[in-house]
Amino acid sequence: MLAPVATVVVAVVASPLGFVIAQAAQAGWEQTRRLLGRPLIATLLWHTVTLAAAVTLATAVLGFGAAYLVERTALPGRRAWTVALALPLAVPEFVRGYSWVSLFRSVHGYWGAVLVMTCSLYPLVFLPVAAALRHGDAAAEEVSRSLGRGRLATLWRVTMPLTRPALAGGVLLVSLYLLGEYGAFAMLRYTTFATAVFTQYKLGFDAASASLLTLVLVALALLLVGLEAWAGRHARVTRHGALARTAPPVRLGRWTVPALAALAALVAVSLGVPLYALGYWLIKGSSTTLPSASVLGATLATLGYALGAALVATAAAVPVALYAWRRGTRPARAVERVAYLTRALPGIAVALSVVYFAVRYAQPLYQQPPMLIAGYVVLFFPLALTAVRAALAQVPPGVEEAARSLGTRPLAVLGRVTLPLVLPGLGAAVAMVGLTASTELTATLLLRPTGTQTLATQFWVYTSGLAYGAAAPYAALMVALSVPSVLLLTRRTLGRPGKNS
Amino acid sequence: MPGTVRPLAALSVIAACALALTACGSSGSGGSADGSPAPSGSALAGQSITVYSGQHEQTVKALTEDFTKRTGIKVELRSGDEAELANQILQEGAASPADVFYAENPPALTVLGDKGLLAPVSADTLKSVPAADSSAKGDWVGISARTAAFLAGTGKGADTAPPASVLDLAKPEWKGRLGIAPSETDFAPVVTQVLKAKGEDAAKQWLKGLKDNAKVYDSNENLSAAINSGEVEGGVIDHYYFYRLRDEKGAADTHSTLHYFPKGDPGALVDVSGAAVLKNGKHQAAGQAFLAYLASAPAQTVIANSASYEYPLVTGVKGKPELPALDGIGAVADPAQLGDGKQALSLLQDAGLLQ
Repeated sequence: MLAPVATVVVAVVASPLGFVIAQAAQAGWEQTRRLLGRPLIATLLWHTVTLAAAVTLATAVLGFGAAYLVERTALPGRRAWTVALALPLAVPEFVRGYSWVSLFRSVHGYWGAVLVMTCSLYPLVFLPVAAALRHGDAAAEEVSRSLGRGRLATLWRVTMPLTRPALAGGVLLVSLYLLGEYGAFAMLRYTTFATAVFTQYKLGFDAASASLLTLVLVALALLLVGLEAWAGRHARVTRHGALARTAPPVRLGRWTVPALAALAALVAVSLGVPLYALGYWLIKGSSTTLPSASVLGATLATLGYALGAALVATAAAVPVALYAWRRGTRPARAVERVAYLTRALPGIAVALSVVYFAVRYAQPLYQQPPMLIAGYVVLFFPLALTAVRAALAQVPPGVEEAARSLGTRPLAVLGRVTLPLVLPGLGAAVAMVGLTASTELTATLLLRPTGTQTLATQFWVYTSGLAYGAAAPYAALMVALSVPSVLLLTRRTLGRPGKNS
Repeated sequence: MPGTVRPLAALSVIAACALALTACGSSGSGGSADGSPAPSGSALAGQSITVYSGQHEQTVKALTEDFTKRTGIKVELRSGDEAELANQILQEGAASPADVFYAENPPALTVLGDKGLLAPVSADTLKSVPAADSSAKGDWVGISARTAAFLAGTGKGADTAPPASVLDLAKPEWKGRLGIAPSETDFAPVVTQVLKAKGEDAAKQWLKGLKDNAKVYDSNENLSAAINSGEVEGGVIDHYYFYRLRDEKGAADTHSTLHYFPKGDPGALVDVSGAAVLKNGKHQAAGQAFLAYLASAPAQTVIANSASYEYPLVTGVKGKPELPALDGIGAVADPAQLGDGKQALSLLQDAGLLQ
């Protein structure tokens, strides 16, 4: 039962790959040669790869470092830091890009892109790693210390390998995201491969050429997914007792002040800059909108669609993650990993793919609310899958078998044993998808029911007319609405600290 | 624990249903298009048309509300980026729910016209605006216009000695002082005018010079803001960005001045926005009625008085008082010359200004 369900879900969320291949097939050989033979292509590939490498490395270091500080050390105010470090997730991407560009002229190009993307993406590594540290058994670390290994050696040889699946999963999301990102890079005047894809759509109206170029991104994504599989190949971290031990926190001593300063700098840069710009627009812009019915309508629409997408994506992620987790076979894991590839596609390709399939095979639902929800689910399924996977990785193996051997039917095992165990992970998946979907713009513009407005589309309407003052309340609302999700996310992902001791 | 399980099970069922519905729902074609001839006047009242619009949303909203008041025809307005909407219509093909496409630039319309997706515009509507402002094939009609201009930081060298021609901007003395936004659909018409006036080699040389001289911005909005803040001295933009920026910043914070290129220069260019009825639309007559309305004096007055600072095209309707007269500025960029924009695109790509 599980295998066909998982396969169907993955077929749906990976359908944009089919769309891209079908469109690319319409380009002739001559067109292919001309497009891919340009010397520029090599430059763009280099831009894309070097940026992805730098940002991935930076987010891994910052995400792991921050997670270690809040979970394993005696740093003052650890819980407050956890929330503050996750909060950048609440800032919409286009607000972040614009705030940096408008406040600091020197932020552009390669280093500008590295800085801005690192600030916005490190929570994708921080959260899963912090969760792995909190739920992971600290006994191994204690043993290492008691056998005479130093603090740093223990960190490097024991703690880090224990968090490897979480680290690899977060890093995969970051690097895939960078492949398909366009808007922020355009603002930062940095060109990547996705820029070329957008040019073909925007100025060439040429889906065939755009898709041909997109296939190169898919190839890169395959490489990354393969790398992640290789990095996590032996890493099934499990604990065998019912309760994990919590280690006594590491004392930082004279490193307390530098550690606090580093965290404060990270939060100031990734949260302070966009909030400052938002406040500036709110106060200084001369075009203002009174809080009107449209604000309320847009808020309700945003919440409704984001929540709908979050619930559907999470529910769809369960069978896929469960299938790969139970089987652990190569085909099962391959099915799971295909679901990640869509994350590397530019948003416009995913949105047009949903248009393509819906108008042909689900015409009565075309431009109806389910279509926008389906679009969000396809776009953000990997986020839900990562959260569910991480939660399942914490379930001791053999629990299901034990329940079944006691005569419980398989569905009852799922409902009464497995799902309750991964419930916090499901909460994290819902929060993560809801958060991201509530600020999405490109697909929303293409897939929303005609006449529907979300906060993001209203923000876009005003900024494209240069009315930043009028746009600011919508952006501020997006941020404010995201805060509960972030709180839920930190709590769900991490659970209550110290409950295991 | 069972308490938490049931909602979860319910959730999975809902999700599965939603996924199944969207993924493999029935594949009906959505009914045949009603291509019946135009019923007269009031017969259309109560119908509802879908308009895809790449134009300034507030202005189009004012237009559709006025149209509904006058005709009783309801309008479902779908605003978006014009290029994304054109791509959407291309993917939708015959099943498109759109009755009317209101674009920002001719190439988006030309692409759809070349694919045979546009219906002929009624002769009366075409007659309301100058012939040069609409498609030669008669499959879309010009509605409003804007002009290319040179925006300069007030008091900067670019302001005290503005370029005599758009061609001068490729000269070495402009190095490091310019900004351009080549990825915007508004820039291609300027390239096309240079191409038409000076030929392909000269156009390539010109773009090469621009590439050496200018900082590249992702949008006209960010380019005009950069000029206003002094980040670059000047750049070519459409006139209305200046006025919209001025409205947002207020007079005290406006530090830029608009200059027009002399008449006859390739930079002295008028670009039209047009609208078309889609051939596969189910409300042909109501769609034509909307186009007729857009090209009528009342609609043109709404456009002229709106905050979008566009020029009306119907004679007798005046633009905003602060705008200089349209015919004093320059020639209309020939839609046939602009084509589907691919020629300008490949020139920009060859010059390395676009990827």
